Amino acid sequence: MDFGLSSEQEMLGETVRRCLAETCPLDHVRFCVDAGSAVSDRVMAAFHEIGLTGLMVPEAHGGLGMTMLDAAVVAEQLGRAVAPVPFLGRSVLAPLALMLAGSPAQQADWLPRIASGAARFGVAIAGIVEERDGASVRIEDGGLTGTALFALDFEGADHFIVADASGRLHLLAAATTGVEPIALQTIDATRSVGELRLTGAAAEPLADDGGLATRRLRDAGRILLAADSLGAGEAMIEQAVAYAAEREQFGRVIGSFQAVKHMCAEMAARHEPCRALVWYAAHAFDVLPDEAALTACFAKSHTGEVHRFVARTATEVHGGMGFTDLLGLHFWFKRIGFDRQLLGGPERVRAEAAQLQGLNAATR
Amino acid sequence: MNLEYGPEYERFRDEVRDFLAGNRHRAPHASQRAARPDAAAVAWQKLLIEHGYTARTIPGEYGGYGAEPDILKARIIAEEFARAGVPAGLSNQGISMLVPTLLELGTEEQKRRWIEPTLRGEIVWCQGYSEPGAGSDLASLRTSAREEDGHFVINGQKIWTSTARQADMIFCLVRTEAEAPKHAGISYLIFPMDLPGIEVRPLKTMTGHAEFNETFFTDVRVPVDQIVGQRGQGWFVANATLGHERGMLGDPDALENRLLALIRLMRDERVGSARAIDDPVLRDRLVALQAEVAAMKYNGMRVLSNQLKGDAGGMAKLIVKLQSCELAHQISALAIDAMGEMGILYSDSPRVREGGTWQWNYMFQLGLIIGGGTAQIQKNIIAERGLDMPREPRLALASAEGRKDVA
Repeated sequence: MDFGLSSEQEMLGETVRRCLAETCPLDHVRFCVDAGSAVSDRVMAAFHEIGLTGLMVPEAHGGLGMTMLDAAVVAEQLGRAVAPVPFLGRSVLAPLALMLAGSPAQQADWLPRIASGAARFGVAIAGIVEERDGASVRIEDGGLTGTALFALDFEGADHFIVADASGRLHLLAAATTGVEPIALQTIDATRSVGELRLTGAAAEPLADDGGLATRRLRDAGRILLAADSLGAGEAMIEQAVAYAAEREQFGRVIGSFQAVKHMCAEMAARHEPCRALVWYAAHAFDVLPDEAALTACFAKSHTGEVHRFVARTATEVHGGMGFTDLLGLHFWFKRIGFDRQLLGGPERVRAEAAQLQGLNAATR
Repeated sequence: MNLEYGPEYERFRDEVRDFLAGNRHRAPHASQRAARPDAAAVAWQKLLIEHGYTARTIPGEYGGYGAEPDILKARIIAEEFARAGVPAGLSNQGISMLVPTLLELGTEEQKRRWIEPTLRGEIVWCQGYSEPGAGSDLASLRTSAREEDGHFVINGQKIWTSTARQADMIFCLVRTEAEAPKHAGISYLIFPMDLPGIEVRPLKTMTGHAEFNETFFTDVRVPVDQIVGQRGQGWFVANATLGHERGMLGDPDALENRLLALIRLMRDERVGSARAIDDPVLRDRLVALQAEVAAMKYNGMRVLSNQLKGDAGGMAKLIVKLQSCELAHQISALAIDAMGEMGILYSDSPRVREGGTWQWNYMFQLGLIIGGGTAQIQKNIIAERGLDMPREPRLALASAEGRKDVA
């Protein structure tokens, strides 16, 4: 029995952490955000070198063939560094879609290109969680018509995986006639999302599996948003503790006041169990299919709640400085806010968790 | 990540299950709060010791089973007994706190005399630590023991002595060196509760029951050799086992069982014909608690796994008492809310649900949040030991003195 990361996974986390410490300090995050981009070429180049673009792609197709727990280890580090790089959609969900619902020919065609970075995917599945503003995608005259909101890793995507209203996935080239891509501005400028307005856009359908693959993508997305939040939350706690050890008021460092210490202890106490929860959810995705959807819901909703608390409390520990742009703490605050809402906020996700367990199937 | 315990352990799990299947009819009803075990509980305890399902790692010469420590086997026993809903042997302060203390710091004579009858439930102990003026700041305790012709003469008062009325014996912290700094003047004594000069008064709590007592000492005479460790080392002796008490207060199986009971309740309680669980607000709170209990369960597995690797557990362990007690309290709170107006019924009222235990738990669990190291003390520990934050300036000074004195 060994509940935790393998030494290879520890090493993977450490490699990504060091890579990001080198290529993606806060100054660089600011540089990208000021330039209006959520894709750092410098970090992407480093990721190519480690092979992270092909993390989930099977080795037979030129990737690393890793697991969701490996991906969670990477996502945590991205959250920790508030890294402006596409990952969730481009390097995880897109290859996963092809692996789950692509034909052998589609897999052979696309997976090697995803691994090499030659094909850059965005992923639009938000519609299966919540239909907002009437946005949905249907098949009309052999093409896709309608609107897909919150396509992940939107900036620079040359292809998209799109879920239609029935939950079936399609592979769509961005340059196709009938595709109007519109970037959306969110609170979190380190990630890029957009909407696709589609008018009879020609697309390649993936297998009609009754929405199974799409639901797996949703679960994976939830787990990795939770993992991202885990890293961002931990970084905020560390910064709050470090700031409290330096800042002096009333002749003492503020970290020696219990009022401040208890804020930090409460953050740590609520944050720490999230780590085991996210690991377990990722592990369940990999090998415990019966538990995967439910534990993904638990991980997503619980980290959403805990890290909202962490984000505001860590900011408060920094006092007025936390509220300014100077320290850049708000990058983490916003990253956590993004992680919480996307693919279902806590209430929506808990409603699904109740349904999965049959808790609300009233039997009289 | 590997959640398999492996074939050797699965065989062991089968053994435990076979034992439970064949013997569960002998188990006493789980009345956890009976201080003095009845004949059925004593017989069950004896059977469990013989099979190594309790007192497992305590050496045979002291009445235990004498197995090598094995965290996974201990975990399997706990899991299987919890799953079967069968009491896993006696659990009291004598067994959880005094026995480990004696094993670590007692003399050979003390071990031989006290451990076996304590394990068998023949001797019941109470703990004399807290005083009205010494709660979180336990080391400021004032119950005095002056030496007089081969005896300590004890005067003072203890509080929260939970089983004092039933206890045969007490393990008690007293101030033997009045002039020494506060941490260095304490000794750890053990003595009978029927000595002249000991008076026990029940302490009624907010639940309406007297789950605790106050114990008063007036010129109680105890031979000087009834001490564990040396004179003035009582603080060190007591701290050797305080961790065991906090461990008792954070059992993930207990949280899961409370949650299952809550789900049953929410399926049974109805407003008109709608079940409580069909109320979207109540259901949302339930699922939020499920997610948090799941997090604590996996956190427990992580701690266990770290311990297997010889790691003390770190932050994941430090937060368990604070989080588990709070979570248990929230589970009871939701149960009361799900019952609506029925939630106020108590004791043996007509229409009361489950004997009013949800309300009793809601109050008693507040006591657990406060007891065994208050939530605020837990937060200090998390901040200072877990996050390496600075101590309060004056506290830092006093505690540095204390450490120096103990050393």
